[in-house]
Amino acid sequence: MATFFGEVVVAPSRAGVDEEEEAREETPEDREIRRELEKKREIDVLWTLKSGASTESSADEPFVCSKFIVAIGHNAAAFLSSFILDSVCWEVVGVVKLWNEWCRTSNTTNVLPTDSFCLFYRLISDPTVLLCQCSCYVAEDQQFQWLEKVFGRMRKEDLQVTILSTCPVADYKTQESTLTLPSPFLKALKTKEFKEQVCCPLLEQPNIVRDLPAA
Amino acid sequence: MFVPCDRGGGSASSDFKGFTLLMPAVSVGNVGQLAIDLVISTLDMTKVGYFYTDCLVPMVGNNPYATGEENSLELSINAEVYSLPSKKLVVLQIRSPFIKNKYRPFCQTLLSWVKSSKCARVVLLSSSHAYQRDDEQLLGTPLRYLLTPDLEKAVGGLIKELNWKEMEKVAAYPGINDTEKVLHIPGGGITKMLFTESCSEGVQMAVLLKFCSEGDNIPDAFALVNYLNEWLQLIKSEVNTSSQWKIPSSWRLLFGSGLPPALF
Repeated sequence: MATFFGEVVVAPSRAGVDEEEEAREETPEDREIRRELEKKREIDVLWTLKSGASTESSADEPFVCSKFIVAIGHNAAAFLSSFILDSVCWEVVGVVKLWNEWCRTSNTTNVLPTDSFCLFYRLISDPTVLLCQCSCYVAEDQQFQWLEKVFGRMRKEDLQVTILSTCPVADYKTQESTLTLPSPFLKALKTKEFKEQVCCPLLEQPNIVRDLPAA
Repeated sequence: MFVPCDRGGGSASSDFKGFTLLMPAVSVGNVGQLAIDLVISTLDMTKVGYFYTDCLVPMVGNNPYATGEENSLELSINAEVYSLPSKKLVVLQIRSPFIKNKYRPFCQTLLSWVKSSKCARVVLLSSSHAYQRDDEQLLGTPLRYLLTPDLEKAVGGLIKELNWKEMEKVAAYPGINDTEKVLHIPGGGITKMLFTESCSEGVQMAVLLKFCSEGDNIPDAFALVNYLNEWLQLIKSEVNTSSQWKIPSSWRLLFGSGLPPALF
């Protein structure tokens, strides 16, 4: 399409349509490059936990988990660091190693609050309670992998998952302006299997949650 | 890929033998998806399952078709399937963009699901960049259709009676060689790939698309859904059909929150 100054540009689409690349047939070199990139973007989840006393475990044995709390993003991770985590009651049992254009994490468990990291902790007094602090950005193409590799190792019966995350107030859609909205405020989404009382109002349409918390 | 909801109906609710699968392409203006929203909302379709796929950006929210407190609490995700057995209609709604390099895997998985669930045919609602039209396309109707050879045999006559315009092919090498023509659907997302795969796999597929630009695409959605209705007769078409499609509650605030009064 032509702009005001007359130059012809490709109009960007809100729908995120980018078919020029997709339509092209892949040459063997393209395929090789794509495979290398995919390998680089693979997620490694390294568990250091030992199984519960009742079972002898192989490396792939799913472990029993009754509560899994996941904090995604710097704010949520900081909340857990400030109010929940301490070295007396919690032990590190896992770490995620990943790379994308926005961040890189390593498999060290000795992290600074300003680092990008994704760590798993277990409550020493009740080893079925797990916690995850994920302050790194997990890219679109890595979210599904993260999900499968993390939840793949857990027994899902009687598992309660709580996801903590933050969004900018400006993204919240409401009839009034967000400028005058008292913030911060809490909203929740819950599955129909969640029968307990929710501590805050539910997220109204047309607001949505995306990325890793949604996954 | 397809995960059925567990409702009382059990397997009956996910038996799509002989059904028409209606689905959108994620395309310019999101017109196909908006049109599908109108269909699901107006026909009050029941959700029967979802697609568990790594091809779409994840998202979740509360029921976008909620009409009141009692039905507003059901979670809704990026690819869900709704059905209306009385019209032998099954609808897939896609609510987020495709992840890079995932067009082809999605098309292949979708077509193999279409075959395994024995759907009779697929109708894809889509759109294409209006600014890429040639001089002839600028005149007349902005709506186009495409049929795979297998569906052409079945409904070609009916479509001819409707006086619809088939999507034109364009020169493969414009300016150099005008004889070799190819299908080109700029801004159409997976439309071309899904259509060409369906042709080669013998799937009966129709594509209905509208030329449009980004902006307020609600009128485009109405135009597309009325176009669809000329053929499938999902609702009774009277003089003013626009008022008979029910706008879902999730279309509120499409352009953001309210304005701060202090601005004025």
